[in-house]
Amino acid sequence: MTGEPVVSIRDASLSFGARTLWSGLNLDVGRGEFLAVLGPNGAGKSTLFAVLLGRQRLSSGTAHVAVHGIGYIPQQGVVDFPRTLRGVDLVSLGLDGHRWGLGLRGAVERKRRVAEAIEAVGAGPFARRPLHRLSGGEQQRLRVAQALVGEPELLLCDEPLLSLDHNNQRAVSELIERRRREEGTAVLFVTHEINPVLSYVDKMLYLVDGRFSIGSPDEVMTSATLSTLYRSDVDVVRIGGQIHVTGAHSSVCEDDPHHPQVQA
Amino acid sequence: MTEFFNLELTLRLLGLDFVQTGLLAAAVLGLVSGVLGPLIIMRRMAFAVHGTAELAFTGAAAALLLGVSVEYGSLIGAVIAALLLALLGGESRERDSVIGAVLSFGLGVGVLLLWLHEGRAANKFGLLVGQVISVDSANLRVFAVSGAVVLGVLAVIYRPLLFASVDPVVAASRGVPVRFVTPMFALLLGIATALGVQTVGVLLVIAMLVTPAAAACRVTSSPLLATVLSIVFAEVAVLGGIVLSLAPGAPISAFVTTIAFTIYVLCRVIEYRRSLATRSTVATTAEAEPAPR
Repeated sequence: MTGEPVVSIRDASLSFGARTLWSGLNLDVGRGEFLAVLGPNGAGKSTLFAVLLGRQRLSSGTAHVAVHGIGYIPQQGVVDFPRTLRGVDLVSLGLDGHRWGLGLRGAVERKRRVAEAIEAVGAGPFARRPLHRLSGGEQQRLRVAQALVGEPELLLCDEPLLSLDHNNQRAVSELIERRRREEGTAVLFVTHEINPVLSYVDKMLYLVDGRFSIGSPDEVMTSATLSTLYRSDVDVVRIGGQIHVTGAHSSVCEDDPHHPQVQA
Repeated sequence: MTEFFNLELTLRLLGLDFVQTGLLAAAVLGLVSGVLGPLIIMRRMAFAVHGTAELAFTGAAAALLLGVSVEYGSLIGAVIAALLLALLGGESRERDSVIGAVLSFGLGVGVLLLWLHEGRAANKFGLLVGQVISVDSANLRVFAVSGAVVLGVLAVIYRPLLFASVDPVVAASRGVPVRFVTPMFALLLGIATALGVQTVGVLLVIAMLVTPAAAACRVTSSPLLATVLSIVFAEVAVLGGIVLSLAPGAPISAFVTTIAFTIYVLCRVIEYRRSLATRSTVATTAEAEPAPR
């Protein structure tokens, strides 16, 4: 890590009424660092992003983001796209949608950069079709292009691999990884599946029920650490460079779909 | 009824100054409505437009009672209403109920104000169904200035507004001041609604601000093309409606809405035929592939 951290969280806690999502959280993410955020549903992973985006106040402590350019890939399916919007329009907005004026000057340059970003995620064949008709995976790739085209210094990715098939999972995580490697973008990556990004991850934040563990995958993804977090026996098995987690607690399973309600 | 499509009479009336003034005012309304329409649809504000129009009526009724100009009354009413609805209707889930509550109260107050005012009945009727021919040259100037203000402001805020309309959270993460552009759009909508109230009337503002854009959204997914089509549809509806209303001397609303609705239905038919064509292409492609065994 060089220089001032891009994200720095100090003694942070977040509670809703009597329920504490997490407390005493200290976390630094530096330039070019890849932080994976894991944990069962309702552990406060997305809420952490809401804090960093300034949409959610902490109950106590501080959270500081030291850069201006944030690329945010929201969870898929949260937004209902309007009928009059295509992939190219979504990506254009990511490039200069925050600028005033009609942007007639520089239209050629904009077109080129948008086309490049679309090409990079392999979205060319469907980028001019209505966005609301595309599959979840297609929309997701355009979301990645939208976030990357703005050349962000910090990328917040909320389950970007959800609803992608294996090849696309790899393609999308490689794109994000390349951005980090080549431009030093800090990456915060919420995911249920650690394996597609395991080789990129510098640091992990594993959140369970108000408890958390921060460290390298080797430190966090162990039977001892996860058993402590889940307060039940969890086995972590490494097979062929992949990590598999088995345990009594159903939500340990990494392949969980995201939206089911909190288990009884 | 024999006079309904009297070409000679229509042409003679078209030569009159006040008719031409009315047409110019309507053209301004068509342009402004056409540009705002796709954004209204994108932001799901059709009902908010209706609510704003009804509260413009309340403003106009208050102006009548106070003895000030109805035009300013409806403008102030519409702007206050649009801002109020933008402020109160935060969550899209509750927006409809907020609008319902506010507009019914506003309309009730408007009816009371009209009852208190024992003026000319013509004015009451005009506010509801429009009286474009009553626009005089002084009003036309107000129309032109209002139109220019709406288009000018929109040109400046268009991209951030579009971004915030599509996805406020991602827009905010890129530095779009969502809390500024949302009320700005409400302000523009208020002004446009007030223009609409004076031409097509309270009850039919939606026919100008929503129907043409709703039709355009059926046949294109490009925001730019949708805006162009929506302007064309709005102009055809409002100018065509006025010209057709001249000979029979009928209220323009019936004609404007009929044309707008016809365009809407045609666009839906085009959309349907296209979806059939796509489906048959897919079916043909599927047939061409070797059948799975």
